[in-house]
Amino acid sequence: MAFDLSRRTALKGMMNGAAVAVGVPLLDAFLDGNGTALAATGAQVPVRFGTWFWGLGVNPSRWFPDTAGANYDLKPELAPIKDYQSKISVLGNFNVILDGAPNLPHASGGPAIRTGRALTAERGLPGESFDVTIGDQIGTRTRFRSLDASAIGDPRNSLSGRGGGNLNPSETSAASLYTRIFGPGFKDPNSASFTPDPQVMARRSVLSGVTEQRQALEAAVGAADKQKLDQYFTSLRQLEKRLDVELTKPEPLQACVVPGAKPPEMTASGDIEAVIKNHEMMADMMVMALACDQTRVFNMMFNNGASSLTRIGSTITHHQLTHEEVLDNRLGYQPEATFFLTKIMEAWVYFIAALDKVQEGDRTLLDNTLILAHSETEFAKFHTIDNIPMMLAGRAGGRVKSGLYVDGAGTPVSRVGLSLQQIMGVSIDKWGSKSMETNKTISELIA
Amino acid sequence: MMMNPIKRMAWSVATLPLVLMGCAASEAPKTAAVQDAAPALARTLPGQQIVAMRRLTEAQYRNVIADVFGPDVVVAGRIEPIVRPVHEMIASGAAEASISPAGLDQFDAMGRNIAAQVFGEQRRAQFVPCAPKDEKVADAACAAKVLTPLGRYLFRRPMSPAEQAFFVKLAGDGAGPTGSFHKGLELALAAMLTSPRFLYIVETAEPDPAKPGELRLDAWSRAARLSFLLWNTTPNETLLKAAEAGKLTDQAQLSILAETMVASPRFEQGVRAFFADMLLFEKFDELSKDPVIYPYFNQDVVQALPEQMLRTITDHLVARRGDYRDLFTTQRTFMTRSLGGLYQVPVGRSAGWVPYEFAPGDDRAGLLGQAGFLALYSHSGRSSPTLRGRAVRELLMCEPVPNPPGNVNFTAVQETGNKAKPTARIRLLAHATDPSCSGCHKITDPIGLSLERFDGLGMARKTENAALIDASGEMDGKLFQGAIGLGKTMAESSSTTQCLSMRALSYATGRSGEDVSNYVEGLERKFAAGGYGIRALFSQIATMPEAYQVVTKPLAAPTHVSMLTQ
Repeated sequence: MAFDLSRRTALKGMMNGAAVAVGVPLLDAFLDGNGTALAATGAQVPVRFGTWFWGLGVNPSRWFPDTAGANYDLKPELAPIKDYQSKISVLGNFNVILDGAPNLPHASGGPAIRTGRALTAERGLPGESFDVTIGDQIGTRTRFRSLDASAIGDPRNSLSGRGGGNLNPSETSAASLYTRIFGPGFKDPNSASFTPDPQVMARRSVLSGVTEQRQALEAAVGAADKQKLDQYFTSLRQLEKRLDVELTKPEPLQACVVPGAKPPEMTASGDIEAVIKNHEMMADMMVMALACDQTRVFNMMFNNGASSLTRIGSTITHHQLTHEEVLDNRLGYQPEATFFLTKIMEAWVYFIAALDKVQEGDRTLLDNTLILAHSETEFAKFHTIDNIPMMLAGRAGGRVKSGLYVDGAGTPVSRVGLSLQQIMGVSIDKWGSKSMETNKTISELIA
Repeated sequence: MMMNPIKRMAWSVATLPLVLMGCAASEAPKTAAVQDAAPALARTLPGQQIVAMRRLTEAQYRNVIADVFGPDVVVAGRIEPIVRPVHEMIASGAAEASISPAGLDQFDAMGRNIAAQVFGEQRRAQFVPCAPKDEKVADAACAAKVLTPLGRYLFRRPMSPAEQAFFVKLAGDGAGPTGSFHKGLELALAAMLTSPRFLYIVETAEPDPAKPGELRLDAWSRAARLSFLLWNTTPNETLLKAAEAGKLTDQAQLSILAETMVASPRFEQGVRAFFADMLLFEKFDELSKDPVIYPYFNQDVVQALPEQMLRTITDHLVARRGDYRDLFTTQRTFMTRSLGGLYQVPVGRSAGWVPYEFAPGDDRAGLLGQAGFLALYSHSGRSSPTLRGRAVRELLMCEPVPNPPGNVNFTAVQETGNKAKPTARIRLLAHATDPSCSGCHKITDPIGLSLERFDGLGMARKTENAALIDASGEMDGKLFQGAIGLGKTMAESSSTTQCLSMRALSYATGRSGEDVSNYVEGLERKFAAGGYGIRALFSQIATMPEAYQVVTKPLAAPTHVSMLTQ
């Protein structure tokens, strides 16, 4: 919209109808009174944000609920979440609008959800993904701005980045994730003593030295290379911040229990059982990274878009099954391909349960977190990208309502990204581009 | 949606985007919001302009560290992968690659680890030619003696006095709090290894005296270009001296140097890197096969498969100075014991590689008869004539094949276990009856079907589901039998050699295939005149003035369509 929306006019509800929330940043509304203080220190419990991705969608009629609102009906493929239904919202009927850009199979859906833009080239991201934007908002005081992991073991399996040809690479094993989080540089928040590492202090000054090279370099480059340099120096600043954190005595955190041993190295493979195992170890590691406040943002990828999951003894992968397996006339779906979906939903529940097991004051870690789980297609057989299955778990420290089925009624999927960023305190009132530009927050979710 | 049949790529007019448009109406990709030109601040490199920044690949990083600090220095860690632009070389992706926070984290950790090894007690004598006055405090004069030569190797040009003073100061700043001169050096070296000047090959330009108003790469950038192109590593002392002496902007001297470099044993390392890029070897990292169906598949085999291909390539092209076209029919290769099982040939030695020559007439001929290629372009549990045919078209002939449209109904393609359709040839007939599929499949499948006598891991077989396999193939109207027939047909096609010329030029310059396509015809003629020898091609590219000209127009992003496993 071209005209200026003042805060007041927006709050009066002059937008398009009841389901549409205010057009101003929701930051102020959320910040008061919703956090719980930890008894031990009086410090606020941080709110975390994450994503959980799975490839190849669902069988829509067997997954999406029929009834909107609380106590939605659980179809067979969603049944695994039963025990956590009150903490999980399901989002349906949000559409990806490509404005004439091709629907690149398995590649268009994920980036559209994450960036609110249509992908025109099958690589990288068409813009900054919202997890990065949220990380800039809530992740500046932790060692890691975000942690990214791929249970299927591919570092390129990522939907997170600042756009262009660059994706934040995923950790591929629980062992490497462990080393990253709890290896050198980790300071146990509950340790009685704290001595800043002189080496870290020296490195900190070295890095600020590297920053000084910036002007000299940028003066000599053209526009395209300047973008690369900007990204480089952004990355460098984050590294500096991390060292700052390592040089500061951390607040004690009751929930933080440092894992005793590094998990065993596992070689990546598409075998579903191995991926499940890898995911479980990564999930446990991720949960402790959050509980120990090493990061407040994470991206967990279970499998990849065109899923290369396999089952021992099967000649074809999950992805091929979705295309080649006959739609069973009697059942109305593809039983072999659906086998993988059930496993994926069980893995998602494992992740949620692991978060919910950690107690932080009178809430659980899950309650203090907001996680968007989503796929990249609705029904993989036909590569459909409208109504891509999405779930929202956790309550972001009380900022959102949970346990709802929200029917998007065909509105752009960018509403999800907009709402998530607003909930996490990013100061924006509209998001996305072209037909996916929106200022319509999903108000049903706001507590 | 109908698919357009593929068009022969005409080099003067780049049909590449047109072919891609055949299946999907794609709007032109937008370049991201571009800022105005750099502010007119004082430049560190007077008169010079940075015209390209190409990120080091993992192999280059490792080679540089080994060459500068010794092969025993361990490079521990993973390097952020460079995203490959679809249908292009990773080398052109490197020119667009930025470094993410997680990526920089890795580079920082690796840099510190390397620096600690270099200035650890074991090795420091090698790199510290002077004794500090006191090992517990900074010593600027000694630090300068250590860091100045290292900076020249790592940044591929001498450091400016300001840069030199800067890193010496860092070493001093580091020595203070750590109470160690060597720790200070360590921190300064770690900062060098994290610097964009190291992680990127920074190409700078100077006015071209032959073409007033235009720019050409300067001597230091040429040294790096030559070195990374031909040896895949950082310029050595000879090259740096040649750059300093102005030899690299002199055509005659440049030719002499390039000839020396392609004659060196190190050229093999460059050829390996080029083919690993051209043949998408990063896909081997993700190769997985079902061990129940393919009992010969194991980690030894996974590691041996790409190595066998590279050994075949370098033996034929470099050691034997063979004709590139004969690479597709050669009977010579190398085996390990674990590959011996897969190929069902006896291998006498229990460890290492042994040369092996297939009998004349054996269908296992040429690069495409190797298990590495056959396994990579197969599914996890069965072969795929479509993937194999597509790889031949795209990788070796530079003819992009469109993706299936996003909304295609795949119901017609099914029933892999159907006993009535025992072979892939019969199953693929299903596509031919569906016009939305047949358009593209007819340009891939007839090629791949000639390789059907090799299963999804590349093991030879005569039958599938007890039905005899027919390995007749067809490409662009030419009929042939089996892998050897395919190899001969490819050797006769001008696309094969033109494609290699284009890939090599793209690899050298970091530009997309489309951006270099104007020069391919001329290059191809020289390649032919040199008997299609790899040395002729690479020394030509290393010396052609066009490769050193600076493209002043902003490089448009190529149109991308991917090679997803379909």
